Order: sequence, then structure tokens, then C-alpha cells
Amino acid sequence: MSGLRKRYAMTVDTRLCVGCKACVLACKAENDVPDGFCRDWVVEDVRGEFPQLSAEIRSERCNHCTDAPCVKSCPTGASHVNEGGVVLVTHGKCSGCKACIAACPYDARFVHPKGYVDKCTFCLHRVKNGLAPACVDVCPTGTLVFGDRNDLESDVSKNLRTRRWKVNHLESGAGPNVFFLT
Amino acid sequence: MTPTTSQLLETVTTRGNPQIDPSLHVWGWQIVLYLFLGGLVAGIFILTAALELSSGERARTRALGAMPFVALLLLSFGMSFLWLDLAHRFWAWRFYATFRPTSPMSWGAWILVLVYPAGLLLGLGSLDEAQRAWLRARTPGFLRGLLARLTDASDAHRRAVLLTSVLMGVGLGLYTGLLLGTMPARLAWNSAVLGPLFLASGISTGAATLLLLKLDENERRALVRWDLVAIGVELVLLTLLLVGFGTSGEAGRYAAHGFLGGPYTAVFWSLVVIMGLLVPLAMEAIEARRHLPSVALVPVLILAGGLALRWIVLAAGQASAFRLLP
Repeated sequence: MSGLRKRYAMTVDTRLCVGCKACVLACKAENDVPDGFCRDWVVEDVRGEFPQLSAEIRSERCNHCTDAPCVKSCPTGASHVNEGGVVLVTHGKCSGCKACIAACPYDARFVHPKGYVDKCTFCLHRVKNGLAPACVDVCPTGTLVFGDRNDLESDVSKNLRTRRWKVNHLESGAGPNVFFLT
Repeated sequence: MTPTTSQLLETVTTRGNPQIDPSLHVWGWQIVLYLFLGGLVAGIFILTAALELSSGERARTRALGAMPFVALLLLSFGMSFLWLDLAHRFWAWRFYATFRPTSPMSWGAWILVLVYPAGLLLGLGSLDEAQRAWLRARTPGFLRGLLARLTDASDAHRRAVLLTSVLMGVGLGLYTGLLLGTMPARLAWNSAVLGPLFLASGISTGAATLLLLKLDENERRALVRWDLVAIGVELVLLTLLLVGFGTSGEAGRYAAHGFLGGPYTAVFWSLVVIMGLLVPLAMEAIEARRHLPSVALVPVLILAGGLALRWIVLAAGQASAFRLLP
């Protein structure tokens, strides 16, 4: 899996998600995300032709990839791997060159109006204090589950063992850590 | 148009949001101009050094001798665009507080620093006696000793200076392409061929810039010959780029479609392939064979084609993303 002691990950149950977008708004409130920007978003993936339709709703965000292309492409070391494999941006090191934005297969990054590049942090400031990320805490259907993949007793590990899952664009080769339960 | 509150809520909770969607915008005209000028400067360094290496004598034309300095000015001009593109401009010094071996942009930042002293040494040794006297007369007193020492060093170790200039030029030219080629997320950039392609295009645009000068006949002939090779290599690499895309699954097919039927087809084939490569190639070949007087149209077409190549590749890459695949 990885050499890290902890490997934070998230499972998103596409059978429970109703697309209420509370996760997006909770994130915006918790992380003071400026107007017009978001660190997570909801995709309503509708396939087929009316009336034969199928829909999958996914709450998406940075995948905190195991082999993160954003970290590899960063010329200043601002993008880095932090505790539990969480990928963070050090604002004071970021020159706003946007190499990481171009490198991210999940288009999870954006330029904050203050100039640095911003993205989901898995709410590491909350996790360090024993809380769940804001999106997970607010989710009314229990769709989002956060935890340590290296801890076999965590809910995330149990979900990954007992449920069928997929990741977005496995072919990116980045090793994403957000898993969609199907 | 300013979005209404409900529209804003819709875009921040789903996608299709120009503020966060790289497929709508990451890099703009600043990077196009930088990549173009960077390649052109790389070409000038490689060609001026190669001319001297092959003939064994200093530039016969005064304008050619001064070109390394002009190249450094053009590079500074290009780098100013690079700086303009930064979102966090006053943190630009952070590039030089570290070296990240996995980041082509970090390599580029350091190559740019090394190109300046190499170009300066190349230029000082390329000047003829009159130009040297002119430069000495305009150098402040306290710098004259340094100038004399640098000029002597450039003359004494000329071969090493020339080879270093070629090496720096190759590094600079390659990196401008590899910078894009190593972004796996942008499907239409995802090819290592972009490195040598931009290098070949840089050599060709560099040759075109030099051919705009009033040159000695031997110098002109050598440059036209090398330019013909560079254009030929470019055509081969462009073919390989499209073949590579066409044979690498769904992502590659999406990337190739941009140039073969998709939105970039018309501009790519007309501006880059026909006007920027095939027409100048034919005109240069005919001029060389029939010993016709050269026309300025050829270098102008090559320069326009080189600019168009970077513009189109930059735009096509940003318009492609994994998220857009089925």
C-alpha cells in the first residue's frame, strides 16, 4: 500500500448519495473558500436515453494520490505530502506557476484569489484534533466515510474489504485515495 | 456578465466553472510567448556556436557576433512574461530556494540561470575588435577589469564555451517541450516527443531569426542547410506525435482527435504544417538548389509557424482532461 504509518482515504457510497451538495457548502464554510470557488463538487453522471436512464451521483474532491503528479511537478516544494499521505500546499512557498493544476488528473486545484494554489486538505486541521473532515461530518446520508486505510479496523478499510468499489481514472497512474462504492 | 447567486451556487457545487476548471484555462498568451522565445533563443545559441565550431573561425558578420547578446535580451523579455503569468508573483524567488528533480519547471528555472553566464561568455568571444573596443569604452571603469578577464577567458577556452552553449541551448529547447510533455493529466501534451519537437522548432525559428540578418554567404548556406534538416525533423516528430496518440488507447485518441477532425484541425494543418513547415521547406530547398536570392518571407513564415505551433499545442493540451473522457 504505502510506507506511511497512516494512509488517510475516503469512501463515497454512490448508492447512498442523493446529491444534496451539503458537503460542498460545509467545505466552503469550514475552509473559508472564496465565492465562486470550491474544493469539492458533486457530479451527477447520467447515462442512457430517456426513459431508459441510469444515474450515479458522486461527491468528488482531491484524491490525495499516493504518487501525486502535482507534488512531482511542483518546482518550489510548496505542494507536498503531509501526515497520513494528505497532499497540501504551503501558501508561502507557492509562486502560483500553475504546474500542479496542469498536472492534476482530477482537476482538483485552483488559484485562490490571494495568488496561491488551493485545494481540498482532507480537513487535516480537524483530523489532527480527532474530528472528521467537514464534508463527512455534515453528510446527512452517511455517504462519505473517512479514515486510515492502513488501520484494518477503520470503517474505510472495512468498506474497501466488503464492498465493490472503483476509483476515478485509474489510468492516470496517480494512485487515487478516494474510492467510490458501487 | 456577472452570475446571479443561484448560478454561482450551481457552478460551485457541480463543475463547468471557469474559476476552477483547467480545461477552461491554466496558461495563456504569456506562456505561449515565453515558450516561443525560449525555443528561439535556444536555437540562436546552438546555431551561433555550431557555426563557429564548424568553420573554426569567429562570425564574419558583425550582426551575427552580437546575436548572443540579442538572444539574452529576448530571453529576458520572454522571462518577464513568465513572471507576469505567476499568480503569486512576489514568491517567484521560491524557485531558487530549492531544486526539485521531478519537476521540469524546476529544471527550467535553473537552466535559465545557467544560460545567462554561458550566453555572456559566448557573446564576448564572438565580438570583433571594433565591437570589443566599443563595449570597453561604454563599460564603467570598475567593471573593465572583469570584462577583460571574461573576454580573455572566452577566447582562451573557446571550444569549451561553444560546446557549453550548444548544451545549454539543447537543455533550454528540450525543457520547454518536456514541461508540457510530462503533464500526464493533459492528454494532448502527454508525449515525450514534445521535448525534441520544441527543440527542433526552436532551432528552426532561431535559424529564421539569423536568416533575417545580413549574413556572409557561407554562413547563410550553412544556416539554410541546418534549417532544412530541422524542418524535416519537425515533420517526422509531428508525425510520430500523432502516431503515438493514435496508438495509445482512449486518452490518446481523444488527444489525436484535436488535430485530426477536432477543433484544432484547421489551424494546425494550415498555420503549422503547411505555412510554417512545408512551404518554407520547399522555398528554402528551391532557393538552395537554384542559387536564387533569398527572400525574407521564408524566415517570417517559419517564425509565424513556430509561434502557432506553441499556441495550438498549449491550447489543445488544456482543453483535454481525463474528466472529459467517457
